[in-house]
Amino acid sequence: MLNKAQLFRNAAVCVSLAATWSLGADELNMRTGVTDISKAVYDLHMIMLWVCVIIGTVVFSAMFISMLLHRKSRGAIPATFHDSLKLEFAWTIIPMAILIALAIPATGTLIEMYDTGGEELSIEVRAYQWKWQYKYLDEDLNSTFSFFSNMSTPKDQIYNKEAKGEHYLLEVDNVLRIPTNRKVRFLITSEDVIHAWWVPDFGIKRDAVPGMLNDLWTLVNEPGTYRGQCTELCGKDHGFMPIVVEAMPEADYDAWYLKQVAAESARIEALSKTFSADELMLEGEKVYASFCASCHQLDGKGVPPVFPGLAGSSVAVGARDEHLRLVYEGVPGTSMAAFGKQLDAAQLAAVVHYERHAWGNNTDDITQPRDVINLFSAP
Amino acid sequence: MNAVLESSHDAHHHGPVNTGLKRWLFTTNHKDIGTLYLWFSFSMFLIGGVLALIIRTELFQPGLQFIEPEFFNQMTTNHGLIMVFGAIMPAFVGLANWMVPLMVGAPDMALPRMNNLSFWILPFAFTMIISTLFMPGGGPNFGWTFYAPLSTTYAPDSVTFFIFAVHIMGASSIMGSINIIATILNMRAPGMTLMKMPLFVWTWLITAYLLLAVMPVLAGVVTMMLFDIHFGTSFFNAAGGGDPVMFQHIFWFFGHPEVYIMILPAFGVVSQIIPTFARKRLFGYDSMVYATSSIAFLSFIVWAHHMFTVGMPLAGQLFFMYATMIIAVPTGVKVFNWVSTMWQGSMTFETPMLFSIAFVILFTIGGFSGLMLAITPADYQYHDTYFVVAHFHYVLVPGALFSIIAAVYYWLPKWCGRMYDESLGKIHFWLSFIGVNVTFFPQHFSGLAGMPRRVPDYAMQFADFNMISSVGAFLFGFSQVFFLYVIIKAIKSGQPASDRVWEGAHGLEWTIASPAPYHTFTEPPVFDDSEVHS
Repeated sequence: MLNKAQLFRNAAVCVSLAATWSLGADELNMRTGVTDISKAVYDLHMIMLWVCVIIGTVVFSAMFISMLLHRKSRGAIPATFHDSLKLEFAWTIIPMAILIALAIPATGTLIEMYDTGGEELSIEVRAYQWKWQYKYLDEDLNSTFSFFSNMSTPKDQIYNKEAKGEHYLLEVDNVLRIPTNRKVRFLITSEDVIHAWWVPDFGIKRDAVPGMLNDLWTLVNEPGTYRGQCTELCGKDHGFMPIVVEAMPEADYDAWYLKQVAAESARIEALSKTFSADELMLEGEKVYASFCASCHQLDGKGVPPVFPGLAGSSVAVGARDEHLRLVYEGVPGTSMAAFGKQLDAAQLAAVVHYERHAWGNNTDDITQPRDVINLFSAP
Repeated sequence: MNAVLESSHDAHHHGPVNTGLKRWLFTTNHKDIGTLYLWFSFSMFLIGGVLALIIRTELFQPGLQFIEPEFFNQMTTNHGLIMVFGAIMPAFVGLANWMVPLMVGAPDMALPRMNNLSFWILPFAFTMIISTLFMPGGGPNFGWTFYAPLSTTYAPDSVTFFIFAVHIMGASSIMGSINIIATILNMRAPGMTLMKMPLFVWTWLITAYLLLAVMPVLAGVVTMMLFDIHFGTSFFNAAGGGDPVMFQHIFWFFGHPEVYIMILPAFGVVSQIIPTFARKRLFGYDSMVYATSSIAFLSFIVWAHHMFTVGMPLAGQLFFMYATMIIAVPTGVKVFNWVSTMWQGSMTFETPMLFSIAFVILFTIGGFSGLMLAITPADYQYHDTYFVVAHFHYVLVPGALFSIIAAVYYWLPKWCGRMYDESLGKIHFWLSFIGVNVTFFPQHFSGLAGMPRRVPDYAMQFADFNMISSVGAFLFGFSQVFFLYVIIKAIKSGQPASDRVWEGAHGLEWTIASPAPYHTFTEPPVFDDSEVHS
């Protein structure tokens, strides 16, 4: 009875599937995308699909005809043939010819994808557990400015405490912005484990491998927001490191770029400032939420024994410089990264101050950017 | 002297020397060991299935409802490891143990004591793997492909137990394959030349060579991991001058032939069953042997198609794309030969035949998506999405697993002397067939729409397909519990089976009594052309 009920449910689901099919083909097939490459890839995909459908139809039809006609219950007498050199020859040569015909356009598209020269802008994509860093590079490949891009979907949506938004799991705090109509080159690498950077609408995907610099390029024709995800298992929050790219009209992009360059000089100024305890707590809480909370948790309790808690921990209420050093240098051989590479002195000061004063931690010290600079600039 | 001869003579015609637990612990009898392998793999199949259902339960709806991401990763990893190394591989070794000596007319495996050892170390390996789930820090959580440095620098402490368990499994497989090769090459009945061997024997001979070639590579790569973790080397640690990509090259040099290790014996099984129920000799026996050998050879030169996105030079990408596409040729030959075997036969559709026909159709669908994945530019869009999950489940579940189920229905009457209930078998088939397609077909769509694999949660647009997939998974899972019932019912109270069992069956295994006596072919049988059919 249960089986019947389940069969019935499956049949109902199949009908709804067919309905979806007729409504929105987008959810059933690869996206065409918005670049010449993604369209070429889509075409290859469709050619392959149709070749497979045609071959499948021929082979399966022969099977079904045989199953219908050559059954014992219809009095079929088995034939005695069991070999044919001609046939074996034919079904070796014909598939071979089909494969060669398919390999030609595939080779062409692949060669195009590897043509990385002539870019007008280079962006370094650096992967971390579990976020992306985007560095806009100048002509000598030095960073002009950079920022991190974290998933911005609230935990309450993930744990079903509030309704899920339109871009659930595919939204970030800082969007990667690129201009349309200009060839953009991405240099991809990782700081910890292997990740993969994928924007389906651009038709490009490449692994971010520690110690290796992969390159990719794209040229987007249509302005818009395009979303992708990390596609290489990278640990606990692999499912929660989306990629959002906004392709902007050239003039808008240039204006945005100039604003970022100005903000960068303001950031460098902040490194020599002295902040009040309240300012540090406020900034520290923000930094903590984006960089620390995925392991040590927002409530500072961690996930022992893998990710230790910070509330009342010997580090967070111990000697200040040791605490700073641990955050700055990380703990080799564990998931604790060297945040000296990710955060500037003002952010490090704020987050360490925050950790030493949040969740009932109550040290009487204050940490300023210059403390960080002094500690790590000493020879 | 006479008394000694008498007693050994008695042993040949009676059951096992020991009884109870001792019989199974100390047995060197290929039938007992085959039975042990089969029951072991079935229990692993159920455990791996439970893990799969935990995964599908969490993925039933978007959001995190039941388990945390950390635990989810342990589920995907252990599901893969247990199904590949605990369920599929030992099941085929079990079939080889039971059937290879019966099919070639040998009294037992060539190395019976080693046979005992190669089985009995397996339960230890898997007890160890499963126990890691209860250790502080959790079990392996880095995927069954255990890419470094996630599986070295960033791994939980239990990774060392995982490495040890992989070593034990590898040793077991190597011993098993040595035994199979030695048996096939040395113990065939007079008159059975290589090109007259049943195709199941042929495919296992080739599989055994693949195992011998690649299991040491797997052992090597896990040993390098062990050194990176405990002895300060930097094989895969970029900070120490190592290369994480090298891990993938070594792993897939093992991993790709491993894929064929799980499918070649399935080709063999299906090539036995289809001729029996079509009542017609296998079409193109010679080309089947050559196609299997070519697939085995090609399996060594296509490994990097698993790594198209890792960042290889253009020439490398092109080579691996072309080499991978060529595999479609010998695989196609096999499918065409099976269809030609059915053509103008006189078919009946008992349960083993149903599973075999489903194998041919659904495996071919898995082959088609494999061909699509071979096209490098398109692979960038498919890579590490649910499209890949759908692809390899199509070749492993209605592929390898269906062939194992077909083999069990086909040979069970010979093993226990009783028939299964045909209508129950057919119900099992239809439930499995519907379940497998409802589970895995929608995953093609979610993959094309952009859903990455190995994620515990997903964006809203993937919700419908995941729900359908989860419903199918439960249907499929419970139909395998039903399978257990059908088998136990057959063993306990099935109708007695005849010696030949199936009207169209040919081969030495059908010339002995049902159930097969504890010792068979103590004297070499006569092998003539009337028993050749595949």
